[in-house]
Amino acid sequence: MAATNNDFSTHVATVNGSGSQTANTTLIRAILQMGVPVSGKNLFPSNIAGLPTWFTIRVSERGYVARKRRNDVLVAMNPETSVEDISAMGPGSILILNEGVPTPRIPEDRTVYKIPFNKLVEPIVPDAKLRKLVINLVYVGVAAHVLGVDLEEVDRSLSAQLGRKPKALDMNRAAVKAGAEYAAQHLQPAPFRVERRGKTSGKILIEGNQAAALGAMFGGVTFLSWYPITPSSSLAESLQAYLERYRRDPKTGEATFAVIQAEDEIAAIGMVLGASWTGARAMTTTSGPGLSLMTEFTGFAYYAEVPAVIWDIQRVGPSTGLPTRTSQADILSAAFLSHGDTKHILLLPATVEDCYAFGMKAFDLAERFQTPIFVLSDLDIGMNVWMSEPFHYPEKPWDRGKVLAAEDLAKVATFERYRDKDGDGIPYRTLPGTDHPLAGYFTRGSGHDEKAAYTESAETYARVMDRLAKKYETARSFVPPPVVDRVPGAEVGILGFGSSHWAIVEARDLLTVEGLKTSYLLLKAVPFTNDVRSFIEACDRVYVVEQNRDAQMASLLTMEYPDLATKLRPVLHYDGLPIDAESVVERIKERERVEVLTR
Amino acid sequence: MTPVETNGKNRIGLTVADYRGAKSTLCPGCGHDAITGSIIQAAFEAGLEPHRVAKLSGIGCSSKTPAYFLSRSHGFNAVHGRMPSIATGVFVANRALTLLGVSGDGDTASIGLGQFLHLVRRNVPLLYIVENNGVYGLTKGQFSATADVGTKAKSGRVNELMPIDVCALAIELGCGFVARSFSGDPKQLRPILRAALSHRGTAVVDVISPCVTFNNHEGSTKSYLNVKEHDAPLHDITFIPRYENIEVDYAPGESREVTLHDGSRITLKKLGEDYDPGDALRALQTIHHGRQEDKFVTGILYLDPDKEPFDQDLRLAEEPLATLPLERVRPPKEVLDEVMASLMTGKS
Repeated sequence: MAATNNDFSTHVATVNGSGSQTANTTLIRAILQMGVPVSGKNLFPSNIAGLPTWFTIRVSERGYVARKRRNDVLVAMNPETSVEDISAMGPGSILILNEGVPTPRIPEDRTVYKIPFNKLVEPIVPDAKLRKLVINLVYVGVAAHVLGVDLEEVDRSLSAQLGRKPKALDMNRAAVKAGAEYAAQHLQPAPFRVERRGKTSGKILIEGNQAAALGAMFGGVTFLSWYPITPSSSLAESLQAYLERYRRDPKTGEATFAVIQAEDEIAAIGMVLGASWTGARAMTTTSGPGLSLMTEFTGFAYYAEVPAVIWDIQRVGPSTGLPTRTSQADILSAAFLSHGDTKHILLLPATVEDCYAFGMKAFDLAERFQTPIFVLSDLDIGMNVWMSEPFHYPEKPWDRGKVLAAEDLAKVATFERYRDKDGDGIPYRTLPGTDHPLAGYFTRGSGHDEKAAYTESAETYARVMDRLAKKYETARSFVPPPVVDRVPGAEVGILGFGSSHWAIVEARDLLTVEGLKTSYLLLKAVPFTNDVRSFIEACDRVYVVEQNRDAQMASLLTMEYPDLATKLRPVLHYDGLPIDAESVVERIKERERVEVLTR
Repeated sequence: MTPVETNGKNRIGLTVADYRGAKSTLCPGCGHDAITGSIIQAAFEAGLEPHRVAKLSGIGCSSKTPAYFLSRSHGFNAVHGRMPSIATGVFVANRALTLLGVSGDGDTASIGLGQFLHLVRRNVPLLYIVENNGVYGLTKGQFSATADVGTKAKSGRVNELMPIDVCALAIELGCGFVARSFSGDPKQLRPILRAALSHRGTAVVDVISPCVTFNNHEGSTKSYLNVKEHDAPLHDITFIPRYENIEVDYAPGESREVTLHDGSRITLKKLGEDYDPGDALRALQTIHHGRQEDKFVTGILYLDPDKEPFDQDLRLAEEPLATLPLERVRPPKEVLDEVMASLMTGKS
C-alpha cells in the first residue's frame, strides 16, 4: 500500500481524567515542529473523571483543520468504548489497541497492532495510581514510530510542557521511550506518515477562549464577572490568569482590573452593567443556560443604553442539552434577547485570530453604541486547539464612545442623556462621579424621554424606539464586514460564519474538484452590511451553512432581505460534533441535483 | 446631633434644596415619602457631594423613590430584585462613590433575596435601605415575604407563612451594620442613616413603612397605628460625625459608644435593658423575642465597624477602574511578544 503522507486523522479513545491532555499536546506540537499543519479536537463528556473521552489529531499538508468525518488511525485505550470505536473505522485504517480491550470481528483490510500498554508502563512507574496518568505517553511513543513523528520533536515538545517538573518529565520521557522501542521491535510503519515540511514556521497553537482572553486584556478590560459554565469557563479563567500576570503591579500588588465570580448569570450581567455604566470596560462570559438568564438585563441595557460585552461560547441546547458539544444555535435568541422590540449587535468569530480581534472590538462597539455586544463563539473554536499566525499588537487606541467629561459639560448649556445630537441615533452619556451640576441623570428601564425623565407618553415612547432602530442602522458601518470571495462564473454561493468556516473552506475545494465552482461569504457580524445583500443578489442561489436545526441565520437573512429569500438554501448540521467538509459537500450536491432536475 | 450650619448651608455650602429630587408620585401619606425626607436631611447634614453619590434601586414603590431625592446625582433604577449586582459593579468600578440603595420588601426578600444575601456576604460598601411595608403596592396589595404571621390583607386573607426577617439574615451573614427603624420616627431614622453612610461595608437599614393604601387597615400588623403602638426602640441614638468634636454627656453606665471606621461615633443611650450591638447572638435573640411578643424592635441591632469591605481582597489600584487611561490597561507590545513566543514553543 502506498503511504499517504501528511494527510490523515488519528482518533485517540481514552478515559476522562487519565492525563491524556499531555499526551495529545505532545503529539500535536511534535507534528507542528516538523513543519506540518495540524489541529486537534477534544470530544469529551459532561463529567470530570472516569467517562470515555476522545481526541482527534488531524494532519493536513493543505492546512485543512475542520473535523474529518472518517479517521484513519485509531488508538483504543478504553475498554468501555473499544468495540464501538473499532467498528467506526473504515477499510485501510490502522488500529492501535490496548492489549485486552474487547474487540468486534475486525475485517482483514484493517491493520491491527495490539500493544501491552500496561506491561510497558509497569516497570517505569511503580505507583499504580500514577501509572494511569503516564500510560498515555506510551501510545505517544508507539504512534510516533508508526506514523513517522520524529522522536526528538516529541521530546522537545514534552520538555517544553513539563520542563518545570523534572520528576514528571523523566517519567513521561521513559514512557515515550518504552512505547517507541516496543514499536520499533514489533510493528511495521503505517501507510500514514508525517513527513517534514516547512509550512508552520512561526505559527502558534492556541484555543479560541484563550485568544479571546488575550484580546480582552489588550482591549483594556477592567471588569469581568462570570458564573462557571462549560464551555465558557476557560475564557474567564484564562483572562483572570493573564490579568494577574500582566495587569497587577509586581511592586505594589495593585490591580488595574477586577474579576468577580458571581452567584449566577443574572448577577454576572448585572455587575457588568453597573460597572460599565460607571465607566469600566466590563464583560461577562457564558453559555446557553446562562444566556437565557441574562435575558431581562440585556433588554434593559438595550433600552436604557448601557454598554456590555457578552461572550457566549455556544453549546448544544435547548436546556442543559449536550453541555460539552458544539453548536451555533444561539443566533436567534442572542439577536433578540429580551422581551419587547429589541435588536442586538452580534459578532461572529470564525478563527482564533477573530477571537483575539473581537476581544478588543467588542468593547469599542459596546461603548460607541452604548448597548450589549454579543460575541457568539462556540465550543469548537473556544475549547479546541488551533494553529494560527501570531497575533498583532493593536495599532489603534480604543474608542470609548460619546462620553462627556466635566470640561465638555462646561461648554454646553444643557445635557440631555437621550438626545440624538449627531443624527446617528447615538446619544451622549456622562459617568457617575463627574463633577458638574449638569452631569447627573436617571437611568431606568421604564419609559423615558430625551432628558431621561419618566414618561408614558405614546409619542415619546415611539420616538425613542425609532432612535434605537436608527442606532442599529448606524452600527452597520461599524461592525466587522464579511470576507467575500467572488469566483467569476460561479452561480452558487456559500454563506457561512463562525466555526463552520473551516469545513466550508475544505468543502469548496472538494466541490471545485467535482466541477462545482462556488463563491463564498464569511459573515462576521449582525446587523448585516451591504456586502451581504450584494453577494446574495450576485449569486443564483446561496447555501447558508450553519450548525443548528432551525436555519437560524437563514431566518435572519430572510427577515432582512425578504426579496432574496427564495435564493437561500440552508445546509444544516446539528449533531453536536463539529461540522465536517464531507457533510457540506454531500448536502450541497444533493440539493444541486434537484436544482438541475427542476430547471 | 445637628452639624454646624450657617444660613441654611451645610459644610460644603449646599442647602437642603440641593438634595431634593422630583415630586413624588406615590400615594399621599406614603411612609416611603417620609423616608425620602429623612434621606434628604441625612445627605444634607452629612454634606455629601451630590456628584459623588450613585442612587440605586430595583422595582417597586420603594424603588421609584431615588427619583425623589438628590436630583443632581446619577441614578440607576434596575430590574426587579437585582439592584445588588448593579451596586457591586458600580462600587468596584469607582470606589470614590457613595452608594445609596433603596429597595422594598418584595424587591429584597422575594425576587431579590439571592442577590441581597450575596451582596451582604461580599460586604459591598453601600447603604441598603429596605422600605418594608409587607405588601406589593404597585400590583395592588398582594402579601410580600415579610408579612407577619396572622396579619390580614385588605382582601381579608390571613397570612400563615413565616416572615423573612432581612435583619436576621444580614446578621447571620456577617453584615457589619444592621438596623431597623420606622418611617414615622425620623428622629431615630436620621442618625441611623447618617451612621450607615459612615460605615465602610454593607449597611442594611430595614425601615417599617406603612402602605397607606393596601396595608393600613385593622388586622394588619404593619398599619401605621399598629407599628406605632408596638415600636420598641432599643436605645436613643446620637451620631457624631468625624469632623465634629462633641462629647455627649451621659452618666456612667447610661450609654454605649461605638467608633466607626472613619472616626465618626455613635452613642446609644440605654432605654431599658443594656444592649450590646456588638453581640450577634444577642441581636438574633432580640429579633426572635420581639417577634414572639409582637413587637417591632428598632434601633441599631448589630455593629461591627471593622469588618473588611469587599474591595480589600481585590487589591485595586487607587485610581478608579472607570477612569484608568489606556496606557495603564493595555500592556506593552513586549507582553504580547512574550505570550506569542510561549504559544509557539508550548513553554508556559
